[in-house]
Amino acid sequence: MKKIKSAALERKKEVVTSLENFGLNLYEQMEKGVFPSIKMPSRSIENIYYNPELRQYILGEKTVRRSARNIRHIRPFTKLVWAAFFAHELARHRKTSTLRDVYYSAQAYNMAFKDQPESNNIVTDLETVSGFAREDFNVFPEERSAIFGDLTIEYTVPGYEGKQLNLTSHPDGVMIGPALTSAEFAKTGADKVIAIEKGGLFTRFVEEQVYRKYNALLVLTAGQAPRATRHFIHRLNKELNLPVYIFTDGDPWGMHIAMVIISGSANAAHLRELTTPDAKWSGVWASDIVKYKLPSDPLTDVDVKRLHELQRDPRYEGKLWQRETKRFLKIRKKAEQEAFSRYGLTYIVDEYLPAKLEAFEES
Amino acid sequence: MVQAFEEISAADFFYRNRDIAGFTNPARAIFSSIRELVENSLDAADQSGITPDIYIRLSYDHEGTMKTEAEDENTIENEAGVSEPKVYRLRVVDNGSGVPARHIPSAFGQVLFGSKYKLKQARGTFGLGGTMALLYGQITTHKPAFVESSTGGARRYRYKLMVDIQRNRPVILDRKITLNKEGWRGTIVEFSLEGDYAKAISRILEYLKQTALVNPYANIMFIGPKGRLYKFDRVTTNMPPPPKETKPHPYGVDVETIQRLIRVTPCRNMVDFMRNHFHRVGEKTSHHFLESTGIGKTKRPRKLSPEQTVRLVKMMKRFRAFLPPDAGCLSPIGEELLKAGILKELQPEFIAFCQRQPSTYSGHPFIVEVAIAYGGNVQRKNDIVLYRFANRIPLLYDEASDVSWRIIKKINWRRYKVTPDMPIAILVHICSTKVPYKTVGKEFIADRPEVKREILNGIREASRQLQRFLTKREHVEKERRRLSTFSKYLPKIARFSTELAGKEKPPNIEKLLSSVKKYEEN
Repeated sequence: MKKIKSAALERKKEVVTSLENFGLNLYEQMEKGVFPSIKMPSRSIENIYYNPELRQYILGEKTVRRSARNIRHIRPFTKLVWAAFFAHELARHRKTSTLRDVYYSAQAYNMAFKDQPESNNIVTDLETVSGFAREDFNVFPEERSAIFGDLTIEYTVPGYEGKQLNLTSHPDGVMIGPALTSAEFAKTGADKVIAIEKGGLFTRFVEEQVYRKYNALLVLTAGQAPRATRHFIHRLNKELNLPVYIFTDGDPWGMHIAMVIISGSANAAHLRELTTPDAKWSGVWASDIVKYKLPSDPLTDVDVKRLHELQRDPRYEGKLWQRETKRFLKIRKKAEQEAFSRYGLTYIVDEYLPAKLEAFEES
Repeated sequence: MVQAFEEISAADFFYRNRDIAGFTNPARAIFSSIRELVENSLDAADQSGITPDIYIRLSYDHEGTMKTEAEDENTIENEAGVSEPKVYRLRVVDNGSGVPARHIPSAFGQVLFGSKYKLKQARGTFGLGGTMALLYGQITTHKPAFVESSTGGARRYRYKLMVDIQRNRPVILDRKITLNKEGWRGTIVEFSLEGDYAKAISRILEYLKQTALVNPYANIMFIGPKGRLYKFDRVTTNMPPPPKETKPHPYGVDVETIQRLIRVTPCRNMVDFMRNHFHRVGEKTSHHFLESTGIGKTKRPRKLSPEQTVRLVKMMKRFRAFLPPDAGCLSPIGEELLKAGILKELQPEFIAFCQRQPSTYSGHPFIVEVAIAYGGNVQRKNDIVLYRFANRIPLLYDEASDVSWRIIKKINWRRYKVTPDMPIAILVHICSTKVPYKTVGKEFIADRPEVKREILNGIREASRQLQRFLTKREHVEKERRRLSTFSKYLPKIARFSTELAGKEKPPNIEKLLSSVKKYEEN
């Protein structure tokens, strides 16, 4: 299989250029003798819309202007410029960082953030201004998820450039961290991606050789999928044309984990390429609980409240989603992925999974 | 059984009830003695118009203590940590008007004898304080007092005195007359008394400090028993104009006063009587008033019947057309002097001052002066510091009973941008021919509605000045912070943008920085 061209390196260049242009723009304003200011889309709730075509949230037309002339703006403004500078430094030295790290690094420049949320907010500002995700600036969250399967990647991080790794090489999976996120895809033998909410089931799938039996890449989301993971799934789907199936617990929270991978979150309305609109939620559905007579727990009040919220959510307009939310409310039950264990350890792999995948292929 | 009735003299009365004159305990007694003598000295100086020099010395009286010095030092505090009263010798020297020789024995050896019974603003009022101090010394040490004085004439007179308490008479033990070659004028009082200096020291120093504050034209020197010198220097030689004596105002007169006047008056008809003996009563008012009373204008004052006297007093209080008392007889401290005193003792950042228009209560004129000091050496004690003064003497005891204290507690200070942690001192001075004290001890001002209103309005006015000051300061502070924010952050923006843009030298932001400044100055 021929090496698949990744956008990773190209993208890095774009990011650096965008940061430099951002600085140049401010520089020129000051040279002209005016207070530097910037315009960016507003991230306030009123300016977040659901776009049915893109199948994700986007920001509307409203913009906000931040000016260094305004005494209330100048502090966050300076911090934003610093964040751009810091991201540029990271890119130049090919280093990565975390949100926590950003918070502390600011202190070295004698302009400490008040708290972590303030520093996170500034990073989000930088995302909004530039249109790139913080992962593109090499700023990564602390959360980690993993991938396992027949995909060979080629590193681009310093010291590993050109080195290749097959993602079956470690049975615990390979962590989806900065190095993997920026890697290029060399080749793959897989023809699908299966994302799994929980570590226990992920390990079971590896042990049961699901990747071989069903020719799949296994991705552990470890609860709500981190943005790096969502972007990675997006790339697997876009660059390798692999269909994506998502397995979660059978409750409103599991549903939503799948939905965020598919359609993204309102918090990331200013960003693209974090969503995989063609991914499929493959269970556990409410109907599965009935069909497979899964051991279940009654829904709590919080679960019910959440289901009502989801019913009104524009991302849930699809037939499947409406049907399943309704059914959850009807049967008033929920089940975890592990519930299949009542039929033996391999049941989920041998019976349930093929049935589900077949169902999607037919449709 | 037949009860024994007896008459006691005024001296005897105060001997038995020394609490009411401020001689409650040894600590209080030593404080009150110093205070009474200092106030006499200041009054004497006011009368002569000379800036006062007052020298106070307190020393251990070893003879009187009957203890050796070694014992003495060790027993200042017993094991319980309680200091014990000891015998001290107090000497107060002033450069005031001096007391005429023939009055010296009575002025210091007879209770309720004095020069201050006239209607005039003075610190002392009862002719009590000086003698009470000596009397207290006598009953605790049984030693005579020495008083030396000269009015600046050829001789100085030195008396050795005791008080015959039962008869309220001075007993002269010795008298020395010396030639006054150097033309000295003033009074020296020296006597022994039992006291508790350790407990009194803080009050004494506070008293002297506050006295210096409202009498910035006075030099006060105090030497404590261990030889430590406390000095309060004058910062000005300007003195407030001396208070003038005045006639009683009709609103403040009672039947007894009328009868006394009738006995001495040379006037042969009521019109003249009213005109000559009362404050603010002229020819016209006199006629007008008498018409309202139904008492004949030509009636001879001596012929007034008791009923007519009572009626006269009653009508005086009811008659609306008397002009209010003239405050010409009062001598407030004034803005310049009070500010000088405050600056000297508190070194504040800001002083607000307000002198109210003269007002009256029960026919007595009074003027309220209020000053507010902010910052400097004003204590931060999480509350406003209150300094109270009446006729230029500080009032130290029973603060919480004073009308000013209650007023301050009631004011909503946030309205004036005042927070409890601010270093703020409020000074309230009331001067009057008759200060409305509640007790003989002269410790606090009574809750008279007229007085209360004046104090409240005075404090409000001064507080508004303070508010303006605080607002302005806040504004300046805010502006300073604003500018410092710009000059802190703008260079950083310049620096980071320069690095991002890959430029060699940072953009010129001086113009931007100065534009921020200019904008605000407009």
